Amino acid sequence: MIFMLQKTLIFAIPLLIVALAGMYSERSGIINIALDGIMIFGAFVGALAAFLLRKTPFFVDHNQLTFILAMTVAAVAGAIFSLLLSFSAIKLKADQTIGGTALNMLAPAIALFTIKVFFSLDMLEMQRAPDSTGQMKDFGFVILNDDLPAAAKVFFDKAYISTFIAIGLFILLSVLIYTTKTGLRLRACGEHPQAAASVGIDVNKMRYLGTTVSGALAGLGGYIYIATVANGTATGAVAGMGFLAIAIMIFGNWKPLGIALGSLLFGFLKCLGVIYTQLSVNIGGKEIYFLKDLNLPMYFYNLIPYVAVLVVLAFTSKRSRAPKAEGIPYDKGMR
Amino acid sequence: MKDPAKNKLKNKSSGSERCVKSVPGQAGKSGGFSSLLKKEGVRSVIASVVCVLGGILVGFIVLLLLSIFAENVSVGEAFSGIAIVLGGPFSGGSGRDILFQLGNMLFQSAPLIMTGLSVALAFKTGLFNIGAPGQYLMGAMGALLVALSIPQGSVPSFVIWILAFLTGVVLGMIWGSIPGFFKAYFNVNEVIVCIMTNWIAANVVSWIFKATGDRFINIEETKVNFIKKTSYNGVATATFGLDKLFANSYFDISIFIASAIAILLYVMINKTTFGYELKACGYNKHASKYAGMNEKRNIILAMAIAGALAAGGAALWCLNGSQDFKWDTYLTLPADGFNGIPVALLAGSNPIGVIFSAIFLKYIGVGGSNLAAQTSFNEYVSPLIVAVIIYFAGFSKLIKDLLAKQLKKAAIKADKKDSSGAPPAAETVIEDKTQDSASGVREDVKGGDHE
Repeated sequence: MIFMLQKTLIFAIPLLIVALAGMYSERSGIINIALDGIMIFGAFVGALAAFLLRKTPFFVDHNQLTFILAMTVAAVAGAIFSLLLSFSAIKLKADQTIGGTALNMLAPAIALFTIKVFFSLDMLEMQRAPDSTGQMKDFGFVILNDDLPAAAKVFFDKAYISTFIAIGLFILLSVLIYTTKTGLRLRACGEHPQAAASVGIDVNKMRYLGTTVSGALAGLGGYIYIATVANGTATGAVAGMGFLAIAIMIFGNWKPLGIALGSLLFGFLKCLGVIYTQLSVNIGGKEIYFLKDLNLPMYFYNLIPYVAVLVVLAFTSKRSRAPKAEGIPYDKGMR
Repeated sequence: MKDPAKNKLKNKSSGSERCVKSVPGQAGKSGGFSSLLKKEGVRSVIASVVCVLGGILVGFIVLLLLSIFAENVSVGEAFSGIAIVLGGPFSGGSGRDILFQLGNMLFQSAPLIMTGLSVALAFKTGLFNIGAPGQYLMGAMGALLVALSIPQGSVPSFVIWILAFLTGVVLGMIWGSIPGFFKAYFNVNEVIVCIMTNWIAANVVSWIFKATGDRFINIEETKVNFIKKTSYNGVATATFGLDKLFANSYFDISIFIASAIAILLYVMINKTTFGYELKACGYNKHASKYAGMNEKRNIILAMAIAGALAAGGAALWCLNGSQDFKWDTYLTLPADGFNGIPVALLAGSNPIGVIFSAIFLKYIGVGGSNLAAQTSFNEYVSPLIVAVIIYFAGFSKLIKDLLAKQLKKAAIKADKKDSSGAPPAAETVIEDKTQDSASGVREDVKGGDHE
């Protein structure tokens, strides 16, 4: 049970943070279909940073510090990369879907091109490296803490520091967008930019803000994904997690609480496909692997999350409420 | 054709353009180029060419920067590198290599044309078909199952080919209609449903091939991750000697089939009532409902046709007879499915344009692999160039508007010169406008495709 919850959390965290990234840009009026690309870019730059840092023994000794530094670099990289999208969408009023698609293609191309040029490989691994005593240390950023009560174990044993940072950021940013003046302005720009402009809000500035925050979060999410789920390897792909995050955002109705719920649900269903053979219940002193005994192929568990999202969407779509002005370039003269 | 709403719709969309046309005496004076520019189609082509040039320039800059910073690469290599990429198959080396690469390129373009058409048709009807990879997988599965299970000799192999192709297409059609159904009846964004159906398709395909056990899996060549080639069962697309002509490449007639489908689609979209209805629903769902069209049916049909097209591309690829199809656990979805999006964008969603943009994408791709083989750069330059081209394609409307504006300015200038001394300028323009609105409509109906 604890094992399952831990796994769920690991899958849910990148989705949570990237779906929030999508929310930030869409609430400001920019469709960010480039989440997947920004994730790939952030993951690549973050992995590169970790790779370079770990050449110094000091950073191999201080794993958690390296992790946080790499996360920061990934977030900054994501923010910078997203400027490409906001420039085309806001300044040049180009089609946001096209710009996003271009970014989705650009990110793996840049990542793989660079990785291949410098490492002659198709992927970049955050390798084993010697620490200050000369011992080879794995890329392992896990906090181990065995002697804890069961409930605390979910969060504090074999956990990643990124989990706490991500949850903290999620709560902070969710509160900010609903309680601060800037948050309100940002949301107004996604609903009715002309009305917002009429009371003196700089619509373009707000949209730049939304997209940049979105880029930073997506870059961070991308790095968290490869560091925790994908064994620390940047390959120029994140298995479509960015698109899943968009789905979760729509599923969560562009609201933080819905997004949190959606990513937990989806994270749980997604991890089921990985761990279903190891799930067991103890009945009368006998371990029963109830899912394994059903003898269904792995593919069945892999497709459950996607089917589940479709079913839920079909039932909840009536109350779906997308930001009204999303995807429409801001035109001062329009009413 | 007789639909009055069509004229109205077209009238509105090309209003600014007609003002340019209405200026008197302009066409004769300012010569061939600007009269060419007046056509929206020409402006689109120019915009696309500008995008392509921009993409190539950025690709070149990347190579140049790299050659400056990397120690083992000389600056001269950047120049020869970009030349190799632009040479496509023609930079492949000897004459035989060039023919071989050219043949393969043309063969590989066929599925890309089909997925490009799939995305383009969806764009035309106001939908974003990001589900082409899933539809592609379903099409491949349908085609392979039929092509490999009908015993050889029981029916002529071309009948098996046709049956297999149609099965693939029908499966893709069903798969494509799912997002359409969700969009029409539950008002769920088609992008999200497409993404879900992509991954569902990936797992369903793996599951079904797993369940059929050894029957379809290529055990003889110990490629257990792949399905048998259809030539095992004597099923292969006709080549009419084209493969021999192109140095034993995979070249077959699939690109001609795909091109024919593109032309058919062009006619369907632009010359039939059905195509018009599909487009109208894309422009404005509520207006078309008001005009008495069944907008729900049209959305589902548009997505179904889009699915059929993508699946047809997969069928063309698999039925070539010599291609490996990976059936096991998909970590990424088929690239040809996603690449339909840039193809459609580059072509401005014009079915005829899709043929050329698909070939162009494959051309650059072949250039990239030649680059990797011949220099110390790698093949990822090609996707980089394509991505930048698509980024610029977002500005193509901007470029087109700029061209139109320039044209207008030039026209006004010419007009001022023209009217000095003669009757007042304002009157002529207004007069011409009223005349032209009648002729403009006729031209629009004739001209068909504007966007």
